[in-house]
Amino acid sequence: MNFRLVWRKSLNVVMLSLTGLCALLTVSALFFILGYLVWNGGKDLSWNFFTHLPAPVGEEGGGMANAIVGTLKLLFLAALFGVPIGLLGGVYLAEFGGRTVPFLVRYTADLMNGVPSIVIGIFAYAMVVMPMHHFSTLAGGIALGIMVIPTVLRNTESFLRDVPRSLREGSFALGANKWRMVATVVLPAASRGILTGVLLALARVAGETAPLLFTAFGNRYWSPGWMQPTSSLPVIIYTYATGPYEDWHRQAWAAGLVLLGLVLVTNILVRAFLSRGTAYERT
Amino acid sequence: MSSTGASAASSMDKATAHNPAMTTSGASTLRMKVTKLNFYYGKNHALHNVSMDVATNKVTAMIGPSGCGKSTLLRTLNRMHETLRHTRLEGEIALDGVNILTLDVTKLRRMVGMVFQKPNPFPKSIYENVAYGLRINGHKGRLDEAVEKSLRRAALWDEVKDVLHKSAYALSGGQQQRLCIARALAVDPEVLLLDEPCSALDPVNTAKIEELLFELKPTCTLVIVTHNMQQAARVSDSTAFMLNGDLIEFSQTGHMFTTPTDPRTEAYITGRFG
Repeated sequence: MNFRLVWRKSLNVVMLSLTGLCALLTVSALFFILGYLVWNGGKDLSWNFFTHLPAPVGEEGGGMANAIVGTLKLLFLAALFGVPIGLLGGVYLAEFGGRTVPFLVRYTADLMNGVPSIVIGIFAYAMVVMPMHHFSTLAGGIALGIMVIPTVLRNTESFLRDVPRSLREGSFALGANKWRMVATVVLPAASRGILTGVLLALARVAGETAPLLFTAFGNRYWSPGWMQPTSSLPVIIYTYATGPYEDWHRQAWAAGLVLLGLVLVTNILVRAFLSRGTAYERT
Repeated sequence: MSSTGASAASSMDKATAHNPAMTTSGASTLRMKVTKLNFYYGKNHALHNVSMDVATNKVTAMIGPSGCGKSTLLRTLNRMHETLRHTRLEGEIALDGVNILTLDVTKLRRMVGMVFQKPNPFPKSIYENVAYGLRINGHKGRLDEAVEKSLRRAALWDEVKDVLHKSAYALSGGQQQRLCIARALAVDPEVLLLDEPCSALDPVNTAKIEELLFELKPTCTLVIVTHNMQQAARVSDSTAFMLNGDLIEFSQTGHMFTTPTDPRTEAYITGRFG
């Protein structure tokens, strides 16, 4: 048999197995984490977990209802502050910007994406907590909102740029001005990608602990409004996992599972909803 | 947007006022007039001193080899070139006697519609595609009727009347192109520009579009760019032959295809180059 042919064939087999193995490793790491979380957290997950406040130290049971609601409130605020700015900024970058300004904005956004989340926390502490003289849901929401901006901005820009020129021309040719064209054709055509990006950004900050430590702080009880400190899932996981009690550790696992479930369910629901719409045809 | 209809009408009054000949002889003569047009993409001089008339309710064809400037010329007629950066236009283009550069560009494009080389329906339903131009222009009347009328004019109604709310992408390529024509017709343009509308279509769908052009002729002025000479010969009343940014010859279609005056025209239509 020809030596070169054997060599080529075996190289093919080796490389194919290698790439397959790496793909498998990636997926299995993910499933391992998921499985471990379900295994450890699932045991302590009960109806009480979703409806009760944390039990006093030394007492068994209790839940994390306040942390779940707290995280939802924080994410709502993050979306409220971060998404409009990121979205409209992205529209500007993709549709209206010249050369220099978008370059600067893009560069800043990329830098901001790399800023450690704890620094964002300090920033929100200085800008919101210090003047108000107390921790609050609002401060936490602003910290998370700042973190959402660069991701949404860059994602929106790239999806808008993907919308084919032919669709824009079709709209211009019917007498639309630029904003009309963007609002009625380009944004709807890119809406699926943009929304997915928004969700991914929110899912990312849903698990952020550092920026919440000295903004939203924590709370053993219900946080009645927006101006009081609030409990949140990541912070309570951090507190419970590093605490000295065995049942706290178990509850931390359960909280981890709930956090993951929250992100997963929203993702799946929105994707299912979005898949019913029509997007432009790729060429 | 409530005043757009009225202001469009008033600009029409102005148009006829500027050109008294039109009020007496009806609109049967000239719809558009291009005078000494020079066009530049950056430093590239793409059109050289082009002058050309577009007769009302006739089909005017532009032919020529790739890159000769026929699409560029077509796009200046509704100022679509302004969507590109670094372009410059000199000379005059008149619509009903009014320089189009003095018109509001969105108003101009409502009067001079456009159909593109590749069908480009919006990612919306068939109905919404046709209604789009009406909606953005603040149409006041009943949308349903206007949509049906436009789809009928584009000879598409019978094929889509039961699936109006399905995605436009569910249609075949030929149907999509007729949908784009219906979309352009919905705002009732005086002139419809067609940029190689059949180049992405098979012969059957091409024939349908050509037939459609004949049906539209009594109500709409048509300008078509094509690199298919047979198509120009079949559908047009007058033909412009362009080469390297120059308008070489512009005459009655029958005349051009039988007795071209310029040797370059003859060389092109007999297939010696291009």
